[in-house]
Amino acid sequence: MAQDVWILGISMTRFGKHRDKDNIDLAAEAAAAALADAGVTMRDVGVLATGSLTGGSSSFGQLLQKQIGQTGIPVFNVANACATGATALRVAIMAIRAGETDIGMAVGVEKLAGAGLLGAPGQAPAGDGTWSRRGRFGAVAPLEGRVGTDSMPGVFAQIGLEYGHRYGGASFELFARIAEKNHAHSTLNPLAAYSRRFTLDEIMNDVMIAYPNTRPMCSANCDGAAAAVVVSGSRLRRMSPEQRRRAVKVSASVLTSDPWQDGCQVLPDVNTLTRSAATQAYEQAGIGPQELDLVELHDCFATAELVHYDNLMLCAPGEAVGFFESGATWRDGKTPVNVSGGLESKGHPIAATGIANIWEICHHLRGEAGDRQIAGARVGLAHVIGLGSACGVHVLEKAAA
Amino acid sequence: MAERIPLVDYLVLGGEPQLVAQECEQCSARFFDRRNACASCGAAAFRAVTVPREGTVHTFSIVSMAPPGVPVPFVAAVVDCGGTRVRGCLVNVEPRPENVTLGMKVRLTTVPVGADSAGVEAVGYGFEPV
Repeated sequence: MAQDVWILGISMTRFGKHRDKDNIDLAAEAAAAALADAGVTMRDVGVLATGSLTGGSSSFGQLLQKQIGQTGIPVFNVANACATGATALRVAIMAIRAGETDIGMAVGVEKLAGAGLLGAPGQAPAGDGTWSRRGRFGAVAPLEGRVGTDSMPGVFAQIGLEYGHRYGGASFELFARIAEKNHAHSTLNPLAAYSRRFTLDEIMNDVMIAYPNTRPMCSANCDGAAAAVVVSGSRLRRMSPEQRRRAVKVSASVLTSDPWQDGCQVLPDVNTLTRSAATQAYEQAGIGPQELDLVELHDCFATAELVHYDNLMLCAPGEAVGFFESGATWRDGKTPVNVSGGLESKGHPIAATGIANIWEICHHLRGEAGDRQIAGARVGLAHVIGLGSACGVHVLEKAAA
Repeated sequence: MAERIPLVDYLVLGGEPQLVAQECEQCSARFFDRRNACASCGAAAFRAVTVPREGTVHTFSIVSMAPPGVPVPFVAAVVDCGGTRVRGCLVNVEPRPENVTLGMKVRLTTVPVGADSAGVEAVGYGFEPV
């Protein structure tokens, strides 16, 4: 039987603009805070997994070690698009389950404030002025705007409208209401990049990025880092009562990629791999979606949040619109979703996101979430998608003691 | 008449433009890009198949923000052409939400891309309302 694994310490920096700090500064800040929260030092950590898509180094973890402690342990530098943070955590968890070490740390960081539109390359100059074929489509010119779009707002807009096409009822206003909820939630989160409440009118009349996603319906590019220290159950049992009381059980840790689906190479299919990850996670945890006290899911765009209600089986198949309209996903509803404000307001520093969402869940399970505490929270789920795709799902449970 | 070349390998120009997919000989999965093997079953043999020119809008977005040099707004879409999903832009339609409906019928058409220094014209494709 593999070791059970627990979150011993976890932290996130404030998300937003950190003009005077680079990726290393932010990662070091999050790592030091996670170690302090765990009550351990780098000398206790047996494996380090790090991710930073903007970190500018294929050995970013080693650069981080030079600031927080070079102890000679193995370092895994991971990248998995927007699921990079969850992947780093998954690596640390796997190392413990494999019995290689008792304590591991995962760190994700990004500097993205002011980064603008992600996903779509610009129009390259024509070279020597004659057409030549490039890439796997043999294209003579850039395809953005000529053969659809690769821009993230446009891709996820299509993903949301596709759901509406299949099941009906997914209007511009409905998607805007999802953003209204997340921005309302963010007003209680002091670490969010944006924590202003928007009216529905403000959201619908803001700058259109890719219909039906206006600017406040898109994830906020920002700077930020998050870090988690994980520990084996056997080691935890020898730790202090305070450490045991605050530890959060990793009841499921799952990472999936896209299985082949018809059409998935024309428009990314974020549904199948999420549903697969959720199915595996519920089975590992022995917990059903009805038992979740809160969910942090990957609302990179308001149009994405809707489809994941269904993919994570928070509602019956095809019922995501009615589920949202029932008020279930507001913080006072049956299954609160993105009480942090989500990526639309808390922000989305890519590699930090897959750890920051777990920080949010842990905060509530420990009863330390202050004004935005979900009362009596015992079980939560954190979900991320990295387009291409990778999906991370973690189910977390409050310590029994 | 100036020489014309297609924007992408899978567009075939002529009297009527055609999209030609690579279909896996073993499992019939279809692809538009250069393949090493089939993503569905792993087989490595493909045959060229012509995709129906008419289809229905499976999903879309009206993209209003794009990198420099890309004219906006444009309608990005996925079109279901007789069971084969195709990525493309909707053209010859004002890019406003009320003009595009999911399930609307469209057909393949050509779109000029421009001419290079040798006078060769590149031709792309789009889908226009039927």
